[in-house]
Amino acid sequence: MKELNSKIPAGPLAEKWTNYKAHQNLVNPANKRKLDIIVIGTGLAGASAAASFGEMGFNVKVFCIQDSPRRAHSIAAQGGINAAKNYPNDGDSVYRLFYDTIKGGDYRAREANVYRLAELSNNIIDQCVAQGIPFAREYGGLLANRSFGGAQVSRTFYARGQTGQQLLLGAYGALSKEIEKGTVKMYARREMMDVVLVDGRARGVIMRNLVTGELERYAAHAVVIASGGYGRVFFLSTNAMSSNGSAEWQAYKRGAMMANPCFTQIHPTCIPVHGDYQSKLTLMSESLRNDGRIWVPKDEKDAKRLAKGEIKATDIPEEKRDYYLERRYPAFGNLVPRDVASRAAKERCDAGFGVNNTGLAVYLDFKEAIGRLGEKVVEEKYGNLFEMYERITDDNPYKTPMMIYPAVHYTMGGLWVDYELQTTIPGLFAAGEANFSDHGANRLGASALMQGLSDGYFILPYTMQNYLADQIGVPRFQTNTAEFDEAEKQIREKINRLMAINGKKTVDSFHRRLGLIMWNKVGMARNEAGLKQAIEEIKALRAEFWKDVKVPATSGMNNELEKALRVADFLEMGELMARDALMRNESCGGHFREEFQTQDGEAMRNDAEYSFVAAYEYQGPDAEPVLYKEPLKFENVEVKQRNYK
Amino acid sequence: MGNKGLSSITKKLIMAITGGAMVFFLLFHASMNLVAIIKPEGYNKICEFLGANWYALVATVGLAALMVVHLVYAFILSLQNYRARGKQRYAVVEKQEGVSWASKNMLVIGMIVLVGLVVHLINFWAKMQLPEVLHKLGFEVNKAVLDNATNGVHYIVNTFSCWWYSVIYLVWLFFLWLHLDHGIASVMQSIGWSNHVWQKRIECIGKIFAILIVLMFASVVIYYWLIVPPVA
Amino acid sequence: MKLTLKIWRQKNNLDKGKFVTYNVDNIPEEASFLEMLDILNESLVVKGEDPVTFDHDCREGICGACGLYINGHPHGKFKNTTTCQLHMRKFKDGDTITIEPWRSEAFPIIKDLMVDRSALDRLIQSGGYISVRTGGVPDANSIPVNKHDADLSMDAASCIGCGACVATCKNGSAMLFVSAKFSQLALLPQGQVEAYERVQKMVKRMDELGFGNCSNTYACMAECPKGISVTNIARMNRQFLAAKIAEPLKK
Repeated sequence: MKELNSKIPAGPLAEKWTNYKAHQNLVNPANKRKLDIIVIGTGLAGASAAASFGEMGFNVKVFCIQDSPRRAHSIAAQGGINAAKNYPNDGDSVYRLFYDTIKGGDYRAREANVYRLAELSNNIIDQCVAQGIPFAREYGGLLANRSFGGAQVSRTFYARGQTGQQLLLGAYGALSKEIEKGTVKMYARREMMDVVLVDGRARGVIMRNLVTGELERYAAHAVVIASGGYGRVFFLSTNAMSSNGSAEWQAYKRGAMMANPCFTQIHPTCIPVHGDYQSKLTLMSESLRNDGRIWVPKDEKDAKRLAKGEIKATDIPEEKRDYYLERRYPAFGNLVPRDVASRAAKERCDAGFGVNNTGLAVYLDFKEAIGRLGEKVVEEKYGNLFEMYERITDDNPYKTPMMIYPAVHYTMGGLWVDYELQTTIPGLFAAGEANFSDHGANRLGASALMQGLSDGYFILPYTMQNYLADQIGVPRFQTNTAEFDEAEKQIREKINRLMAINGKKTVDSFHRRLGLIMWNKVGMARNEAGLKQAIEEIKALRAEFWKDVKVPATSGMNNELEKALRVADFLEMGELMARDALMRNESCGGHFREEFQTQDGEAMRNDAEYSFVAAYEYQGPDAEPVLYKEPLKFENVEVKQRNYK
Repeated sequence: MGNKGLSSITKKLIMAITGGAMVFFLLFHASMNLVAIIKPEGYNKICEFLGANWYALVATVGLAALMVVHLVYAFILSLQNYRARGKQRYAVVEKQEGVSWASKNMLVIGMIVLVGLVVHLINFWAKMQLPEVLHKLGFEVNKAVLDNATNGVHYIVNTFSCWWYSVIYLVWLFFLWLHLDHGIASVMQSIGWSNHVWQKRIECIGKIFAILIVLMFASVVIYYWLIVPPVA
Repeated sequence: MKLTLKIWRQKNNLDKGKFVTYNVDNIPEEASFLEMLDILNESLVVKGEDPVTFDHDCREGICGACGLYINGHPHGKFKNTTTCQLHMRKFKDGDTITIEPWRSEAFPIIKDLMVDRSALDRLIQSGGYISVRTGGVPDANSIPVNKHDADLSMDAASCIGCGACVATCKNGSAMLFVSAKFSQLALLPQGQVEAYERVQKMVKRMDELGFGNCSNTYACMAECPKGISVTNIARMNRQFLAAKIAEPLKK
């Protein structure tokens, strides 16, 4: 049995990272040139890590699945990025950001990691401003802030509703600079098929060239996986079409552990589902909850009439509206954390108060804000989001309230990593959403960008050196070794097997069915019976997939094959998620087990038995994975039931 | 592959400067023409002034050079642009909103203007400045032509009393207007004299300018065609 | 909805390519344009035919991956809309829709409707960034930026790099794309430090890559799904000239 060593440095919380940096091993500049690093993914974490490695003098190879590194899905993040700058002078501090993140994550994250994240948040803002990211400004020329869910201070920096885009383009600029210099080599339209291990260390990858369909081999001294989350297991999510969990899953199958796979974030403010051909859901930034008020009718009859289209939202008078978040959580109101807001919406809809013709939506109303601030100010703050909403739904949010409903958005779980962001495979690192590290059971808004960039700009450049310090004598690897041959052979077999099935059902049809199982039984609310059913249903669906899927046997570019390879992984991943959810007999953050709730429907944690990180080790196809527990110790915060009332 | 020669912006600058200089010439020419309506003798005085004198010749050569450079770069740019567009064209092309037809067809319009210019030079310049120059250089020149060389009004009356000549001139001026309608604001854009506040204003000023210049020219044509009875 | 689709099919860069007509039925009005193509593709796969290849990713109008020339317009004819945000309710039952790839010398076709836009990446690589390293930067608020300039910078920065400007330009010019990146940086004090070097490098690379010359038709602005303004081009022209003329005089 392996030992999970999180390698948290000794010393007081606030000094751990400083101590680490003071005592870590370094690589001298002449040796850096001799060392190769592979980075998978060019989102915030991948691009910033690759750029920083390049600046330091390492030889970097970076891969992205899209046609350009600038299209990674970090680009779609809207609302903002947190930092403990305390520019608004409203009482923020590194400790408070740390505390809010730990609390927001429902006490299921590592103290040391989260504290480091809070510490580094300020450096990120400095870095991004220096890169020319056009953050919102006050008239005095200094940076503006707004508030976000789960916090009582304004600490979110933003660039209109396109913060992710701007931060990513900043990192892409830094990456482009290094590509021009020649320290980084960029490979676009490539998907990772496998990690190659030599003597137990990650030493390379097999990539599939999506244009030619060829399998390509690349070797390096270390590999970083920064390929994002696996939310597309639910088929419908706010993730991009090519977002997938396959890179993580291959690492898992090679021996890296998956941690907390069931912790999925369901974002409360998305545009509701409208039909089964639908391919994805669109998020409306959480920042809308700053000024928008969420409500459903008080009277069930009004909800029914709304559903039938007999009345409109604007016909319902103020006294017949139920602002249920303000009612239930007077202290935080509409700004409660995402998991709380999502569940509250589901609770209302399940009770029959939902609106829209499906009954699966709630209103997000800007009437009060428009009255208070004027339409012009509202337009300045949210104009592009309103436009986007109108384009998709054909409804004008200035006139009628928006309709929203929760949707899968982010996976807090991911590859288990230690304090150095290293997985249980030496030399294999995971960054950004691909790792599990900082958000516990629920991520606060505007924290994903912060984590991606701190991993890439400020953590990996240090911890990578610590790993490579004793690798300087290892010569560059050849890719014609038995390990590469074997890995490539396995992938080729898998591809041939998929193409040989020639069944009747399309890849998407399986993906959709998996999504329904996941959403209904491993979604916002889970219970023992449902999870057990889900495991069986996923197994059956997987068997059917391998018998009846239709993948065209086209050589060269083959989009259906790409999708099939990903769905094959999702069909295994979904099962692990259900298993993890079943194991965790408590409700915490994004994981809500119906059996474990307080009388008024709030999540009920079980700190005595479940205050640990659940890490799973792969045991072979169809074998049950082994669970490892990394206990979580809280020495700097008092663990208590979250209370946003 | 690659857009060769001077940088793309420099080439555009050359187009802008030569074009812009010719706009100033047009303005001068149009103002001068108005004198033909107000006081025909005055107009002939100007013609005399602009005969085969050294300054007028320098200006003429300069003008010709501007024209040649403008033309040569128009062809270079168009050829490069055509290549950059690629071999395969779109099957369906629809007009982009707010994009003027003229702006996309400046080369063709320019060619039409050029043809008109040749006609115009034959009608006037070849009978006025050219014979004087040839005479000064010692060539044999018909006496009658030489005597009439500074009588601009004579040629104006001659030309525009012929209805189809007037129509040709008006058509020519229409194309000149199309060229200027896009050209003037385009000059400002190319030299970088525009921003989010001034862009619309400059476009408006450019349009007014184009109309003004063309109206000034056209008024002479119409005046001598329809209002002043032909002198035998 | 019932639609007739005329779609450009081309096996690879060397193939000649041709239009193929498809009839689709039962397209829901709420579906997006790409979802309509998904429905077509799913039916093609079932029939054993090769599905239509097109670039797409985020499907919320921000990644810039999608790009189809729809009935003579990049991303269709509606203002400020990317293909993924174009919804079928904008079309009429029985319409014929012609779908072509971006066509430009700088964007070779890879397959069907998918083109290679890596030239845009190479443009950014030539200087579309501020050359600062990670770490060692001043405090964010030590550089005040005029709000008005910051807003203009953000307007320029909202470019998604889809290439519609190049695709629609009769000259295949990338001036709008380049000037948007240039302007974003030139409008901020941080970016002014190397603005003159940046503009020269980027224009040089743009010319090397075979993009055409701007002739101020402003078709790019008319078709840009993010409404990027051509005043950015004026700014770049101005600063390019300043870099070439004024800057050497100072030295």
